[in-house]
Amino acid sequence: MLKTRIIPCLDVKDGRVVKGVNFIDLIDAGDPVESAKAYDLAGADELCFLDIAATIENRGTMFDVAKRTAEQCFMPLTIGGGVRNPEDVRNLLLAGADKVSFNSAAVANPDIITESANKFGSQCIVVAIDAKTVSPGKWEIFTHGGRKGTGIDAVGFAKLVESKGAGEILLTSMDRDGTRDGYNLALTYAISNAVNIPVIASGGVGNLDHLVDGVKKGGASAVLAASIFHFGDYTIKQAKTHMQNAGVAVRL
Amino acid sequence: MTTVIIDYNSGNLRSAEKSFQLMSDELGMGQIKVSSDPEIVSKADRVVLPGVGAFADCKQGLNSISGLYDAIEGHVKTGKPFMGICVGMQMMGTCGHEHGYHKGFDWIKGDVKIMLPNDKNLKIPHMGWNNLNISGNHPIFNNINENDHVYFVHSYHLEVKDNKNLIASVDYGGKITAAVAHENIIGTQFHPEKSQTVGLKVISNFLKWNP
Repeated sequence: MLKTRIIPCLDVKDGRVVKGVNFIDLIDAGDPVESAKAYDLAGADELCFLDIAATIENRGTMFDVAKRTAEQCFMPLTIGGGVRNPEDVRNLLLAGADKVSFNSAAVANPDIITESANKFGSQCIVVAIDAKTVSPGKWEIFTHGGRKGTGIDAVGFAKLVESKGAGEILLTSMDRDGTRDGYNLALTYAISNAVNIPVIASGGVGNLDHLVDGVKKGGASAVLAASIFHFGDYTIKQAKTHMQNAGVAVRL
Repeated sequence: MTTVIIDYNSGNLRSAEKSFQLMSDELGMGQIKVSSDPEIVSKADRVVLPGVGAFADCKQGLNSISGLYDAIEGHVKTGKPFMGICVGMQMMGTCGHEHGYHKGFDWIKGDVKIMLPNDKNLKIPHMGWNNLNISGNHPIFNNINENDHVYFVHSYHLEVKDNKNLIASVDYGGKITAAVAHENIIGTQFHPEKSQTVGLKVISNFLKWNP
């Protein structure tokens, strides 16, 4: 059977892994290349590399750092941040990505998803959705590293990107990001339930029960975390063992 | 010795190249070249057709490079080892049903169709680590255990007509083709280049394989 994936995420800015709270107040969390190597050895199921300032700085993804990080990965690698068109996808695949994640560009023009999926296959196209709670049971999409509100409903947008050919959704709760209060489970469940493509839960993990909740209560296909792994609170192995003991099938 | 990984404007090429190079260096099996040049393909000792992409686009990509399709067919006819990965494996089949109806190499009888898991809670694509059910004793699985995990990411799979071509499957709301083989060709739906230690063993076994 298919196992639930545990995915450490490298948010990269100026060539360093950073971690913030609610997308701001970033602090240094290490070298991406060394981190990738360590996570590969630790048996992470995938790795996510997000160039978090690319769109704000109006540039493409930092290819050099992405490429050097990819060299260390013998597990699947998703690269995102500043991805604008199919040419960017191709270049990131050549740099060593296995999947490429769209965010702001997909909100501005959802057809870019179809164009890319037709060329590289849906399995290769991830759409990262950053959502903020606007009222109970209502979530709005934000772009440009969480700086720009769009008025677009997150659940509706998730359905749209699925219909446009996205193969996976990386769903981040901006309210929870970096808070260590756990995933926004209502949001995770609403999106997982609305689409038939895998959803990665992201934003807010502070302990290992949060990972279990993301799957059991949020319905996520994979769980992403950053701080708890970067700062050494838990190892990948501890996370997997904890999930297995809680009845979530993982690759050990 | 030269192993050529085909570049046809698709695929996670660098990922494949570095995994094959790592294992080739370990075994002393020579150079890994990424190329779309039919002449280089014709001279290769081993050919690998990777795949990240849609069947239709991959097929079109192969056809758009003059002489490439024929060079790959020529390589396989000489009896030298060939490996297809993901869509590269799917193209070994008779026909693909993704974005229309497109002919494959037809080396393995069977069509490539969308997966229809019998459990509606199972999502498509089938994405992540699944454990192998190995049938037979193909050398590509030497030192790999039943239930070892490999990485999948796909929505379509090759429904083989003749079960003797099926050397591994996984369960995902039914039996899904994980690996196929026939004479000097093998194909994996999973990504050995992304399957950490187990995947590197598959690559190493392919480089050592003398069909």
